[in-house]
Amino acid sequence: MRPPRITDTTLRDGSHAFRHQFTREQVRAVVAALDDAGVPVIEVTHGDGLAGSSIQYGFSRVPDLDLVEEAAATARRARIAILLIPGIGTRKELREAVRRGATVARIATQCTEADISEQHFGLAKELGMEAVGLLMMAHMIPPERLAEQAQLMESYGADCVYVTDSAGAMLPWQAAAAVRALKQALRIQVGFHAHNNLGVAIGNCLAALEAGADQLDGSLRGCGAGAGNAATEVLAAVLDKAGLNPGLDVFKLMDAAEFILAPMMPFQPMPDRDAVTIGYAGTYSTFLLHARRIGERLGLDPREILVELGRRKAVAGQEDWILDVALDLVRQKQAAVAS
Amino acid sequence: MSRNGKVKVAILGSGNIGTDLMYKILKNPGPMELVLVAGIDPQSEGLARARALGLRTSVDGIQAVLEDPDIRIVFDATSAKSHVRHAKVLREAGKVAVDLTPAAVGPYVVPPVNLGEHLDVPNVNLITCGGQATIPLVHAVNRVSPVRYAEIVSTVASRSAGPGTRQNIDEFTSTTARGLEVIGGAALGKAIIILNPAEPPIIMRNTIYCIPEDDDVDPDRIRESVERMVAEVQRYVPGYRLKNGPHFDRRDTPWGERTVVAMLLEIEGAGDYLPTYAGNLDIMTAAARRVGELIAQHMLTGAVA
Repeated sequence: MRPPRITDTTLRDGSHAFRHQFTREQVRAVVAALDDAGVPVIEVTHGDGLAGSSIQYGFSRVPDLDLVEEAAATARRARIAILLIPGIGTRKELREAVRRGATVARIATQCTEADISEQHFGLAKELGMEAVGLLMMAHMIPPERLAEQAQLMESYGADCVYVTDSAGAMLPWQAAAAVRALKQALRIQVGFHAHNNLGVAIGNCLAALEAGADQLDGSLRGCGAGAGNAATEVLAAVLDKAGLNPGLDVFKLMDAAEFILAPMMPFQPMPDRDAVTIGYAGTYSTFLLHARRIGERLGLDPREILVELGRRKAVAGQEDWILDVALDLVRQKQAAVAS
Repeated sequence: MSRNGKVKVAILGSGNIGTDLMYKILKNPGPMELVLVAGIDPQSEGLARARALGLRTSVDGIQAVLEDPDIRIVFDATSAKSHVRHAKVLREAGKVAVDLTPAAVGPYVVPPVNLGEHLDVPNVNLITCGGQATIPLVHAVNRVSPVRYAEIVSTVASRSAGPGTRQNIDEFTSTTARGLEVIGGAALGKAIIILNPAEPPIIMRNTIYCIPEDDDVDPDRIRESVERMVAEVQRYVPGYRLKNGPHFDRRDTPWGERTVVAMLLEIEGAGDYLPTYAGNLDIMTAAARRVGELIAQHMLTGAVA
């Protein structure tokens, strides 16, 4: 096993937990702390990627391109990554992100739809960026099909493809099998992005590493959608203990989590009942806060909504189905009462 | 005009869209007479089906269309790149082009919203499937209270999204967003597209969010206007259904806390040729047929007058 490259996504996946309300000051403080602790790549974007600011996903307080610019101006060593989800963001925003200082493009699609990303990988490479592919909701298809989709991204110019467990639904041996399949099928690097909905984010990262993963994602305090991600500071400590520390300052990361991020956090994401339901039902982690809000408004248990979304096989980005499912459930209940 | 008092029309492109449109026109021709289906692939299933139905076909593409001076309206179901070329020669030949590609040479049309303004132009464009689905409802809100911001999310079955859509997904979002503004009337438009791979395939879904300028807009007036518009679209897309909403919510937006109107649509295709889940393709061919019908009608009444 080799020390993995770490990308911190506090300022992207964590944007969900912050309801996309990050300020310039917060971004400066987090980037400075991560940079000082030796984190090589820092992802900064609306939780749903460039142009994600919307009614569907929640509006950003500060335009994310401004935050990218702030981050790029703050970092001394770290490189700034952005997330782009084709169908939401376009090449127009990607060009602008480069102008503002981003040098790594992370391009994400639903795990079966890699072929919508060709034009975006093409532009990222043309602009001289490192291009990383993320196959979201990776638990939904078997490893060999995931590997075929990863090969598409490789053919478009990806430098690395991530097994992205957006639902936090994978168990360690599933994470390992998916990473192994990609390692066998690709010549480029393979990454793993964890969510902690079933309490196994760090365990899944270790399983992925053992299966050959070259890159891993973390976020301070695990701040991310659903129950959050693998905590960067925990990952650093674990890797250090395993003799695989890629150059992270473990104590500095602990301090960043404890004294910089924790005081800003609106709440601590954790595998509570709704988040566990997401992992169990295999739905998109970002549905958590939306399902809670709509459940509260319409008098429903968010778990009923989340389980039904899993049954309908909702995929990444389908936040509008939460309202649809909730209104259907309300109607069913009213009909049951009436009869 | 042909001797039977109908306007002769042709379909250019014998792929899925062209073939579905062929069935729609044959099923309900109105004032049109379909006289030619022209493709370029001799092996095309669409051309074989057209021949079996007794229609004249050609593998000479646009050339075959140009050779028949009686053809007045041409539905172009090829590609944006080809249409740019076709548009020029069709105009020179005095034929009206109904463009189903994203080329957007002519003005955008959505039949129940603005077709009346473009009955005399040489080329009309049908925007995108998401645009045809959602713009009518943005317009329905906009005619009650001007829309500050409209956002739509189109979710289509993976199987119904062909290589053209997949390789040009940015064009879908930018063209649809522009249609929400230009035809829907929104001051600002935004579009999102999602492909859902579930099996069996899901029926096309669209969510429309509008922020009206008037924060205290009367929900009943919006409901009434939306219901009226849904009925209008159902005249040519029978599977067009408002599944939930208009639902009124208060949300934090860049314009402060505002009323947001959400409408959740489902579009089931007629299954003329394409499967019923592909409502996204059905609404394009249904809109094209409707546009052809109204332009043909206009030509005929114009000729009488």
